[in-house]
Amino acid sequence: MEFVMAIIIGILFMAAVYLILSRSLLRIILGTGLLSHGAHLLILTMGGLGGTSPPVLADGVTDYADPLPQALILTAIVISFGVTAFMLVLFYRTYGEHKTDNMSLMKGNDEHD
Amino acid sequence: MKTNDVILQTATKVVFFIIFLFSIHIFFAGHFTPGGGFVGGLLTTGAIVLLLLAFDLKTVQNALPFNFMIVTAIGLLLALGTAASSLLFNIPFFTHAFDDVYLPLFGVSALHTAMAFDAGVYLVVVGSTITMIQTIGGDS
Amino acid sequence: MDFVLLIFLPVLAALFVPFIFRKLKNVHTGWFVFFVPVLLFIYYLGFIRLTMDGEVAVSELSWIPSLGISFTAYIDGLSLLFSLLITGIGALVVLYSIFYLDKNREKLNNFYVYLLMFMTAMLGIVQSDNVISLYLFWELTSISSFLLIGYWFTKDRSRFGALKSMMITVFGGLMMLGGFVLLGIMGDTFSIRELTANASTLVGHEYFTLAIVLVLLGAFTKSAQFPFYIWLPDAMEAPTPVSAYLHSATMVKAGLYLVARFTPIFAASEVWIWLVTGIGLLTLFWGSFFAVKQTDLKAILAFSTVSQLGLIMSLLGASAIMYHVDGTDTAIFKFAAFAAIFHLLNHATFKGSLFMIAGIVDHETGTRDIRKLGGLMSIMPVSFTVAFIGSMSMAGLPPFNGFLSKEMFLTSMLALREFELFNFATWGMIFPIVAWIASVFTFVYSFYFVFKTFAGKKKKEALPLQPKEAPLGMLISPVILATLVVVIFFIPNIIGDMLVKPAVLAMQQGLYTHPSEVAVHVSAWHGWSSPEFLMTLGIIGVGALLFLTMSKWQKLYDIQPAYFSLNALYDSFMIFGESGMNRLSRFYMTGLIRTYLLYMFTFLVLLTTAVLFIKDAFVVDMDSFAPVSAYGILTAIILILAVCMVLFAKTRLAAIIALGGVGYSVALFFVIYKAPDLALTQLVIETVSVALFLLAFRHLPALKNHGESKGFRFGNFVISLGVGIMVTLVALSAHSQKLVPSISQYYKDTVFTEAAGGNIVNVILVDYRGFDTLFEIAVLAIAGIGVYSMIRLRLSRKESSDENK
Repeated sequence: MEFVMAIIIGILFMAAVYLILSRSLLRIILGTGLLSHGAHLLILTMGGLGGTSPPVLADGVTDYADPLPQALILTAIVISFGVTAFMLVLFYRTYGEHKTDNMSLMKGNDEHD
Repeated sequence: MKTNDVILQTATKVVFFIIFLFSIHIFFAGHFTPGGGFVGGLLTTGAIVLLLLAFDLKTVQNALPFNFMIVTAIGLLLALGTAASSLLFNIPFFTHAFDDVYLPLFGVSALHTAMAFDAGVYLVVVGSTITMIQTIGGDS
Repeated sequence: MDFVLLIFLPVLAALFVPFIFRKLKNVHTGWFVFFVPVLLFIYYLGFIRLTMDGEVAVSELSWIPSLGISFTAYIDGLSLLFSLLITGIGALVVLYSIFYLDKNREKLNNFYVYLLMFMTAMLGIVQSDNVISLYLFWELTSISSFLLIGYWFTKDRSRFGALKSMMITVFGGLMMLGGFVLLGIMGDTFSIRELTANASTLVGHEYFTLAIVLVLLGAFTKSAQFPFYIWLPDAMEAPTPVSAYLHSATMVKAGLYLVARFTPIFAASEVWIWLVTGIGLLTLFWGSFFAVKQTDLKAILAFSTVSQLGLIMSLLGASAIMYHVDGTDTAIFKFAAFAAIFHLLNHATFKGSLFMIAGIVDHETGTRDIRKLGGLMSIMPVSFTVAFIGSMSMAGLPPFNGFLSKEMFLTSMLALREFELFNFATWGMIFPIVAWIASVFTFVYSFYFVFKTFAGKKKKEALPLQPKEAPLGMLISPVILATLVVVIFFIPNIIGDMLVKPAVLAMQQGLYTHPSEVAVHVSAWHGWSSPEFLMTLGIIGVGALLFLTMSKWQKLYDIQPAYFSLNALYDSFMIFGESGMNRLSRFYMTGLIRTYLLYMFTFLVLLTTAVLFIKDAFVVDMDSFAPVSAYGILTAIILILAVCMVLFAKTRLAAIIALGGVGYSVALFFVIYKAPDLALTQLVIETVSVALFLLAFRHLPALKNHGESKGFRFGNFVISLGVGIMVTLVALSAHSQKLVPSISQYYKDTVFTEAAGGNIVNVILVDYRGFDTLFEIAVLAIAGIGVYSMIRLRLSRKESSDENK
């Protein structure tokens, strides 16, 4: 199953990078969303997908799933929500100020560097 | 656009409390079963988002007259304070303590300082997500 | 008392200066600052008794005790002489500045903060035992000098001069740091005292000569030696008290201090003696020659300072010869060290007073252009007297202290003929000849300075202000210095015993054990037939002749074209540096975020893949794979479909919903892989996220392609394909090999006993790795504040600006 997961992660990263490189601001936001999903699954897969029961103590169970990646992902999920929300607002505020979402038009001009 | 959403509003009034109570349950159960501050906080947020969908921003703000920025601040202080309180007993930062205590009504319960920290997490999650949603929703 | 802390007294006092400036408008802030150097001066005077006995005072401040790093200050004869100069001249300069800078018009808070900062830095240089702390203070003097030169920052010339001095001295400082590091490697210590004690073991080291050159670069840039002197004339844009203090009496002498301090370590080297003496003498000649060309009073003084610093530098170089001779020869060479220190002291007195007079002339007449000045003698008699004393001392005439040290300088240069090592036997004759020529020009510019300003015809109509004598307070400091100039002439041996000999002892460690062993007696009269006397006669004769015929030959200076000078070299270097660097960074900094992302992704792919294969790290361990499940495959298909929908969506609504679909299928994966907490969180987050996107929906533009061409998309596709493959490989090999056992087992074992919990994930979050969570909620809170401020604060600002209309 790890093999399948690795391919899925690859596809997620690929789609994310493709979107991030595009000229439309909204696609960039979508791309970062996909990127964080890919990263979460990557962490999960790195730790291994074995384990027959969730990492919650129960009598007679010894084969728990790896709890550490799960804890890391849990924080990552919430952070990525915060980042997405922040970027979303940053994006539509930029759009509101500059009346464009074309990334190729958004560059610092020579007087401002 | 005028829509008739009486059914949604009536259902929401009931469902909100169910989700809210469930989130509180999940929050407290977090130490032993799936759940905790993050999930609890997000569920509460979900409940409030449902309210926002059914009613408008003004009504919800009147119903829940908190400044959610302050909720965030309280949460952060609570988390930091819990972590720092161990310093008062000359043990390293972030050492938690726990004990079984007899409480009236509840019987013997396990009390854990990690719970206070988790409560801080809960408050920060609720506070900041609702702040974001309210401000984005309120932006004209 | 620990005197190491006193180094920081000025900078501590500086903390109060802005408050005093704000609160007490009626009193000049300088009066408060004045007490700091005065107190320190009185305190340091107490050390004279100690150093006269050849003792050393040490004071330590433990800085990072766990690493054994401490800041050690020590005072020996050399440090004490400099400390007294810094605080003594400092006190006089502050007193002078009180009358020079108007309390209502000038930003005194800035001025005195910089000045006090400089004082601390300078004291730090001369008292540090550790070369690294010496370096830090060294750069601090460069910075405070930068700030003080640029004090009138609205003037272009001020900013230019400030930058120039900064560029050159910081360049030298960095070179010097390199030299110090090499010394540290060679001697295995950064302590100057320990390095001095082990000097003999360093000599043969392969880095020895390189260290000499690097340390000398630091000293030469700071002390304005040829060809680095070009910053000093431009530094004259600073207020005159600053010029008198930093650019003649103290900071520019830091290089001399450095050379003197490192003489015991480097004296064994031929390179050292040749470089220090040679560059010093060249600077002496160059500075004195070009001083006559100048027309600005302060520029004349700047070039004369350059030249006098060269004089002292050459004496310091000559003093190293003492390490190569013994027996009766020492009698010939012993004067150089004494003369160097003695002239350093004398120069501080007469040049300080001259700078202050130049400031007074500027202040009272409104110009420093010597062509407009003249005949001020009768209007400003006190200023004239002081200027006369200072100039005659500078010219080397009796009865002023400059005469004594100039005679000793000539003696030392003549002595170089007798030195037999290092080719001095063949070339030694050059030194007294150059010294003589330079002394002639020194004589000429000294007369030029004082008589063109104060004698001759009055040109009142050319002056911007009606000239009058300066106020009494402004005259106090130069008069004190001028008095010293005369007094030192009559009691040179008392001064010698108190200050100069202890400093010589520190400078030539190992040769003497007690200051009294320095067998130098200063006398003004050497006899009718002594070469010194004849040389002085020659200087006066030829100098007077040249001065009287100056208008005839001064035109010769115009032969040198402006583009063929060191200044032009510096300017073109700066212009080339700026435009070249600009072009270089414009070449790859396009201003488009996409370009930067392309760089990042390309290098990420190349580096990671290369490392993966070079290190042979790509391993796939099929055995550890979990079995493929039907649910897993189904979810995978859903997820891929949702990703494709995001990619190819034509409307924003479809894209947002598809993104939600990706999130929900990720949540399904969490369910399959036994992660209930994650699944719950992901589900709720996804719901809230979609709600968030929909809330922001009306602010969003429609999805557009903005004319992305096929080629553009294909490039993106290649890069993203690379990233995708790279991540897949990393995921597989990261899973297949574990270099260290996971800590998870510890968590599983102790979750109940240590943390009294059952849900391992939650316990990790709130207990084991609580720090992560603490900072994570902080980040979340910051994101919330960010969103809030981007939306709400903008609105409020817009409203207020509307009101202003």
